[in-house]
Amino acid sequence: MSTVAPARERDTAPTPTGIRRSSRPRRHLTSLSWSSLLYVAPALAFFAVFVVYPIGISVWYSFYAYDGLTEGTPVGLDNYTAVFTDPDLRAALLHSLVLLFFYAALPVAVGLLLAGAMSRIRVYGLTLFRALLFVPQILSSVVVAVAWRNLLAEDGPVNALLRSVGLGRFTTSWLGNFDTALPSIGVVGTWVEYGLCMVLFLSGIVAIDRSTYEAARLDGAGAVREFFSITLPALRPQISIALILTVTFALRNFDLIWNTTRGGPGTSTTVPSLYVYQDAFQNRMLGRASALAIVLTVVILAVVVAVQLLLRERDGRGRGLLRRGPVRPARKVQP
Amino acid sequence: MRIARTESVTTHALLVLASVVAVFPLVSIVVSSFDGSSGGLSLDSYSTAWTQGRFGSALLSSALVSVTVVVVTVLLASLAGYALATMRVPGGKVILGLLLLGLVLPYEVTVLPLYELLAGWNLIDTYWALILPQIALSVPLGVLWMRTFFASVPQELLEAARIDGTSRFQTLRLVVLPIAGPALTTLGTVLFLFTWNEFLLALILVPDNAAVQTVPLALSFFSGAARSSDPAVTAAAAVLVALPVLLAYTVLQRRLISGLTEGAVK
Repeated sequence: MSTVAPARERDTAPTPTGIRRSSRPRRHLTSLSWSSLLYVAPALAFFAVFVVYPIGISVWYSFYAYDGLTEGTPVGLDNYTAVFTDPDLRAALLHSLVLLFFYAALPVAVGLLLAGAMSRIRVYGLTLFRALLFVPQILSSVVVAVAWRNLLAEDGPVNALLRSVGLGRFTTSWLGNFDTALPSIGVVGTWVEYGLCMVLFLSGIVAIDRSTYEAARLDGAGAVREFFSITLPALRPQISIALILTVTFALRNFDLIWNTTRGGPGTSTTVPSLYVYQDAFQNRMLGRASALAIVLTVVILAVVVAVQLLLRERDGRGRGLLRRGPVRPARKVQP
Repeated sequence: MRIARTESVTTHALLVLASVVAVFPLVSIVVSSFDGSSGGLSLDSYSTAWTQGRFGSALLSSALVSVTVVVVTVLLASLAGYALATMRVPGGKVILGLLLLGLVLPYEVTVLPLYELLAGWNLIDTYWALILPQIALSVPLGVLWMRTFFASVPQELLEAARIDGTSRFQTLRLVVLPIAGPALTTLGTVLFLFTWNEFLLALILVPDNAAVQTVPLALSFFSGAARSSDPAVTAAAAVLVALPVLLAYTVLQRRLISGLTEGAVK
């Protein structure tokens, strides 16, 4: 979980008061200040040494066959070719796609459905609901793994529930069965993420002017029309953030899978991040691990950029995935 | 506007259902952690988990690491965020771009060279191996967060301080930071949660020294070993790990959630 908070360039905007136009304070905001680097340097030093430098090294390793002990040999793009041709790694990428559905698409859909329903009524106990829905977000994934291993165990509550409603033939060891392990992990991911999506969408719904809905209703709009004409367009920024968070979570997920199935049974729940760990720290294939990590990074960045571009505000002009800005949605429902 | 009562009831019912589903797994481990071996309620699982899983020392490690990371990151982020919001920093655009990248970066791409870097400095299996990279990985969120806050401080306030003859550093210390309380609290809470819950870095950077291992790692090893033998003890261990986080959340949840959702969308 992380947030993207790019503020507007407030510092270069003219002051509204207009007092003391030529005073020193304004000048120091408009000319380059080398001493300001002293403020930025400590944070940047940490970031450079422990994040930027390691990424550079990873890029470097990705072009070598290297076991971490003996001298590496340059192999050009072989590691990258291996990432895309090795059947195990390809399967891992496919597992990620399945998890994208459970970790991102499903939570956003559930969140939108409830947000649509909530937009039409006055919600009582909003703060309490928000607090409870957010709980999965704050728990360590190891705790989540322990809890769900209990729930999904052979003699756990999920199977008990199935037996009690006469569906006993569907009981299984959910995380130990080749067919059910991956979807089961997916369900855990849905559980982790749907609350976050709903809380995000709730905050968007609350900000919508109620009179917009009233006007729409006077014009005879129904629930569905309201959702697509008012709620969905107004929630565009929240949907964008929700997708970035959930997609990133899906693609770089390691903890949850490591602590539930370790990629098993067989390789039915392996994902790229698991291979990065195993190649780097167990198989001593540091070059391939690095190439895989970089491919993963590029994919995540590409998805984030795509989501931003698709859902970006465009001053109400009708482009992009969702067609309207939140500024003038009511007009659309005029008869 | 009158909306059918049934619609309101249905929606509230859905919300209740969603909330119950959200907390059910947690409630279920709390319940099973109290399962006594003879069928009654008991705290035996907690004492067993506490002694066998070394959770006392793990909780201390986690507290030490989390507090250090939060304090140092908030300090670094305040300085950098202040400069980026109120001064023209040379290369500021590049710095911001890098930090934004840092927000979505998968840790997997940094861990392998990180291991070798820290091994070269003989820091593997020490607290430093947990603290230093965690600060670096928290810096992007911290700096961007504080920059957003400092940019929202009225320009007039900075100018007034300037006219009164304070230096830029004094302005930060005496004028801006004192009103930054809510922003600092929210950032501190978020960073605390991230650091407390971090698993992959701990797994890789302190693999063999149980004395410095944090609670998620301790729980992972413990539940891996004791999984089949006694679910109640594993559940108790998980509750022990979740407890500090739940306490912090209960106290700060309102600020945390509104800060996060607004900060994210702004």
